[in-house]
Amino acid sequence: MIADYFNYWVVIVLMMMGFYIVISDSNLIKKIIGLNIFQTSVFILFISMSKVKGGTAPILIAETDLYSNPLPHVLILTAIVVSVSTTALGLAIIARIHRAYDTVDETAIHEQDDLQDDN
Amino acid sequence: MLGHLPALQVIIPLISAPVCVLITRASWAWLLATIVSIASFVIAVLLVHEVSAHGVLSYHLGGWEPPLGIEYRIDHLSAYVLTIVAATASITMVAARKSIEQEIPSEKINLFFSAYLLCLTGLLGIVVSGDAFNIFVFLEISSLSSYALIAMGRDRRSLTAAYQYLIMGTIGATFILIGVGLLYMLTGTLNIHDLQQKIPAIVDSRTLHAAFAFLTAGISLKIALFPLHLWLPNAYAHAPSMITVFLSATATKVSVYVMLRFFFGLFPPDISLEQFHLGKILLPLSIIAILTASFVAVFQENIKRMLAYSSVAQIGYMTLGIGLGSANGAIAGMVYLFNHAIIKGGLFLAMACVVLRTGSVRLEDFSGLGKRMPWTMAAIVLLGLGLIGIPFTGGFVSKWYVLSAAIEQGHWLAAVVIVGGSLLTILYIWKIIEYAYFKTPVSAKLQNLTTHEAPRQMLLPLWLLVIGNFYFGLDTSFSLGYASTAIQTLFR
Repeated sequence: MIADYFNYWVVIVLMMMGFYIVISDSNLIKKIIGLNIFQTSVFILFISMSKVKGGTAPILIAETDLYSNPLPHVLILTAIVVSVSTTALGLAIIARIHRAYDTVDETAIHEQDDLQDDN
Repeated sequence: MLGHLPALQVIIPLISAPVCVLITRASWAWLLATIVSIASFVIAVLLVHEVSAHGVLSYHLGGWEPPLGIEYRIDHLSAYVLTIVAATASITMVAARKSIEQEIPSEKINLFFSAYLLCLTGLLGIVVSGDAFNIFVFLEISSLSSYALIAMGRDRRSLTAAYQYLIMGTIGATFILIGVGLLYMLTGTLNIHDLQQKIPAIVDSRTLHAAFAFLTAGISLKIALFPLHLWLPNAYAHAPSMITVFLSATATKVSVYVMLRFFFGLFPPDISLEQFHLGKILLPLSIIAILTASFVAVFQENIKRMLAYSSVAQIGYMTLGIGLGSANGAIAGMVYLFNHAIIKGGLFLAMACVVLRTGSVRLEDFSGLGKRMPWTMAAIVLLGLGLIGIPFTGGFVSKWYVLSAAIEQGHWLAAVVIVGGSLLTILYIWKIIEYAYFKTPVSAKLQNLTTHEAPRQMLLPLWLLVIGNFYFGLDTSFSLGYASTAIQTLFR
């Protein structure tokens, strides 16, 4: 069971690890790291499904006519770009939060917000 | 030329975004963004006519045949939502100039408009695309640019709001990606039309159940359906005023469109409703959303945040309509979406006028504004009537159809909640009216302030929305007629 679906077990474990970090950690940068792990697990899910047993890389060659499915790879290239931009934007926002609040800890930020009256 | 309209709808704002970065003059950047928004509105109107005349438009990107190539597919539903998005974009941009110049540092204005154009690209792209993965990509384009736009707010809390939205939005989008991936795994296709043909054969597959669950959770996060709405109030309250106007009338609406497209287009409606019990998930959550969010709104001191909570409640009405599981319910949800875009867009635009003149949206700072800004306040009152659902307003029409769809299905609890939610709406709209007309300013700062009416450039678009609110309360041939055709083609 575990050996048959090894990749998918890895996906689930990574996904839950990433998700748990996002939810539980109060450090904003670590949350982004968790988000990255979470997204990486989805990349592995896509890549795993594209594997065809005995198939080679999808480059036209004379020796074989059995290829792995190239489409999920292409989709994931796009998803990686999206993930990189999300990380970049997230870190940029954190940099500005650090300048404005002088901390990257969520609890400390909430404390400062509560002190400032609502406008 | 006409044949390329679906692609032009996306490409024009997409190409204009980098051009906007190169323009250093703030007023020219604004002009470009306005022209592009109006152009996309013109294209949307042409598409509405094309679809009415010739039926579904299918555009093959790069000439590749679907299901292998990416297809842009415009049916009644997409044309309807395109019109709402593009019309809101045009109105927002015409009104935006003064407010943006005041709230955004002048050296960043061109970047601001560039991010706005990308956001518009993403929203329009979601609606035109007929490919599930393509929808995910456009969703991320619009989300990433809206995180950046929200972070440009004048308060530092806009940064934390944008960050929170980024985390929750990315989780939502990734869930959608997982769902789409599982669907691809089962069927080997990403084309929505093609998926619709292939899903009935594999309905017992557990993978399909998982895909449906991931899609539901992901889309609900993007819609801000209770209890996944936590990002919305902060994001709307701290974003730059014009961005709140734009996002409140488009972003969640487009997500509602994605829900309709996926659950009544990609999955055949009877499978979503009977096999996967979509209604049993949506109905209770919508009812709780209407009650709790309206209740919380009553106690808000910051009016932008009050209206944001009100949006969460109104989203509940839309998903309630969809969750009723009948064609009439879904039509009611669509009509609600249409009228709410006008009303909430208008109310937030009035907030932008107030921020421009007084710099505050606190309830107590509204004291005496009825005399100082009579036109803006009158607009708030009239749009507020629409939000409550007084007869002869667009808001009445939409509430009426949700209510009659609920009664038709025998959901009496839902019917009671719809009316109860309206009563709570009266409470918080009344609070604004009470402060604006019946209280005199307490603080010396406000008494000395010589606030005057907002500039005409903002008042005219605002009153256009007020007139729209009443016009669509009387003439429902487009708002209701087009929505009915749109939903009936899905439920056929």
